[in-house]
Amino acid sequence: MKETWKELPIGAIIKEPGTSKRFETGDWRTERPVLDPEKCIHCMFCWIYCPDSSIKVEDGKMEGFLYEYCKGCGICAEMCPTKAITMVREEV
Amino acid sequence: MKVVAKTANEAMAEAMRQINPDVVAAYPITPATEIVQIFSSFVHDGLVDTEFIAVESEHSAMSACIGAAAAGARVMTSTSSQGLALMDEVLYIAAALRLPIVICEINRALSAPINIHCDHSDTMNVRDSGWIQIYAEDSQEAYDSVIQAMKIAEEAFLPAMVTADGFILSHAMQRIDMLEDEEVQAFIGEHKSPYNLLDIDNPITIGPLDLQDYFFEHKRQEADAMMKAPKVIKKVADEFGQKFGRKYGLVEEYRLDDADYAIVVMGSTAGTAKDTVDLMREKGHKVGLLRIRVFRPFPAEEILNALKNVKVVGVMDRADGVNAFGGPVFMEVRAALYESEKKPDVYSFVYGLGGRDVKPVDIERVFQMIMEADKGKKIDRLNYIGVRE
Amino acid sequence: MGVIDIKKIARTEQLFAPGHRACAGCGATIIIRQVLSVAGKDTVVGFATGCMEVVSTIFPYTAWEVPFLHVAFENVAAAISGVETAYRALKKKGKIKKKINFIAFGGDGGTYDIGLQALSGAMERGHDMLYICYDNGAYMNTGIQRSSATPFGAHTTTSPAGKKIPGKMQWRKDLTEIIASHGVPYVAQASPGYYQDLMQKVDKALSIEGPAFIDVLSPCPLGWYYPTKDTIKVAKLAVETKYWPLYEVENGVHRVTVKPRKFKPVEDWLKMQGRFRHLFKEENKWMIEHIQKEVDRRWEKLLKLEEAGL
Repeated sequence: MKETWKELPIGAIIKEPGTSKRFETGDWRTERPVLDPEKCIHCMFCWIYCPDSSIKVEDGKMEGFLYEYCKGCGICAEMCPTKAITMVREEV
Repeated sequence: MKVVAKTANEAMAEAMRQINPDVVAAYPITPATEIVQIFSSFVHDGLVDTEFIAVESEHSAMSACIGAAAAGARVMTSTSSQGLALMDEVLYIAAALRLPIVICEINRALSAPINIHCDHSDTMNVRDSGWIQIYAEDSQEAYDSVIQAMKIAEEAFLPAMVTADGFILSHAMQRIDMLEDEEVQAFIGEHKSPYNLLDIDNPITIGPLDLQDYFFEHKRQEADAMMKAPKVIKKVADEFGQKFGRKYGLVEEYRLDDADYAIVVMGSTAGTAKDTVDLMREKGHKVGLLRIRVFRPFPAEEILNALKNVKVVGVMDRADGVNAFGGPVFMEVRAALYESEKKPDVYSFVYGLGGRDVKPVDIERVFQMIMEADKGKKIDRLNYIGVRE
Repeated sequence: MGVIDIKKIARTEQLFAPGHRACAGCGATIIIRQVLSVAGKDTVVGFATGCMEVVSTIFPYTAWEVPFLHVAFENVAAAISGVETAYRALKKKGKIKKKINFIAFGGDGGTYDIGLQALSGAMERGHDMLYICYDNGAYMNTGIQRSSATPFGAHTTTSPAGKKIPGKMQWRKDLTEIIASHGVPYVAQASPGYYQDLMQKVDKALSIEGPAFIDVLSPCPLGWYYPTKDTIKVAKLAVETKYWPLYEVENGVHRVTVKPRKFKPVEDWLKMQGRFRHLFKEENKWMIEHIQKEVDRRWEKLLKLEEAGL
């Protein structure tokens, strides 16, 4: 149940930052990026060029993708200097 | 308290100085230019702490005011006519964002034809923008109302405009009782914001896209704030009256107790109209006057109560709705009186457009017409007073 | 800042959250991410109405992890100048202590066109703010209508490649130079394809006191008609073909920041994008030559300015 007008914060503001994380955009995808960790050199090109903040980085290492959000644009695969990322068709 | 001679422009600028807002963003326009000029000199002479933004348009003036208010600052501006019209888009946004901005507004006709003199078409144009509107009768009231408006806006979390008639008040010297600076500061108190954009550690998003699932709730919330505003306005006016001796309400009744015929006016015309009422009373006519001081929120209950025993009402609008039905104040007063038992006849009288003088004889004519109507003479629902026919 | 170390930056807090509704392959969200990575969390962002404002803040969802303000389409420069002024007023009174960055973003619609007046005013007044135009060369939010940033020849829905008029017949307005003419301390052109360059420019713009403006080319797969994977390639090729020179104007002095060793013909860039497809018809080929001449001329002019120390 959504809030009534009496319960909403004043002035239509959003009080909490980053709430878009609760909205998953992964199902927009027709192709998914797949990482070959053997080839990855953790250069972070995929990270700096990802439009959807969907590259998982832990301790400075590329650790895969946030599939809940990744829209499958393919930029990461295209820009990867070692071809460590390939795009594969999503199975329904 | 000290007695001074000031125009409404000067008096409103003084009120701004005493309020000492954090930010003023303004663009000059006749006949409100002086307010901006005088306030700029206060800034440049170090009489206020205000940061003044000399913007490149009124649209940017209101936009900067919105930004500053969202950032937790106490914010004011001043404008008139075309300037207010240029702000129109952002006025709605200021209200919906619930930002307590105050405008010192000087009433001037909207183009075309271009004209610099008084009528109310500028503020009528934005009557449904979600702003509180207070129409002053004289410079004293303009001064007092600006001070009250700051406190009202910050308690209701709605923006407010105080209006004074162009040239008639803006440029006419009147006797003003000015409060001491400390009295004003003590009266308005610490600034209150609905939220704060500059709270870096608690980041908020202001002005998101609001779709079918939430937009209506947010507008309902804004409507609720306006419904609660009369209480705030009365409370602030009462406190002002107790402290400083000058009493204000949402409306002002003048010799209405036993009146059969009443006119409704706003702004400086009330002064002329009160004299006319006195004159006609001397001749034995049972006439009276209702002045609407606060037009937004619309004081329907007060109007209904004040006019419930009157036989005929003439509503004088200093703006034309150009709708072939009646002036904007007329429409709303008539709607309010629909709930009265006796349902008095209500007629519309459009007058004074573009600064056309309104004389006692014009007001007397309005009374004569509604008295004749009561005796069975058919008159038009919509009448134009003071125009060459 | 010197060299941008993205390995280091990638360890820091993300300030633009996923879950926003931008199209797949959007260039503008890449720009936002690159900008915020440099600006850091003590930043207030203002946005003009447009794609990015819409996709990043659909109530009750927001992608922003920093304070964010949207007022209307044409007034983000004015609104942020108000915020920045409030900041100064409150700082003076001791109510705020932190140093805060103020960044206004607008698309080319909100910047080149409807918001130009407010932008000019804010730049002239000297507010300590950075204005970033994400320039995708058309009104993408309403469905690809021409703007004064649309390149010559491009097909948009209001400058369609018709039988009689083959696309847009006017050159892109040189907004970067218009803002430079305001005499503000820092103006630049950048591309997300050259992230190092872009991020260094943002860093410089934020460290300089006073107004700064950066015009950033923002490829749009939907409006430029190219596959989503090619966003960065298109962004790079625009630079390599002289369509989008990367340069800065610091205190009135032009400096080209990226000089490709070898330029490619502008045709290579046009060829990648469906919005220029009609240019390759026999009867329209003169337009490609026309564009090549113009980008050459603008590049030469830029070099002359740089050489002259202007």
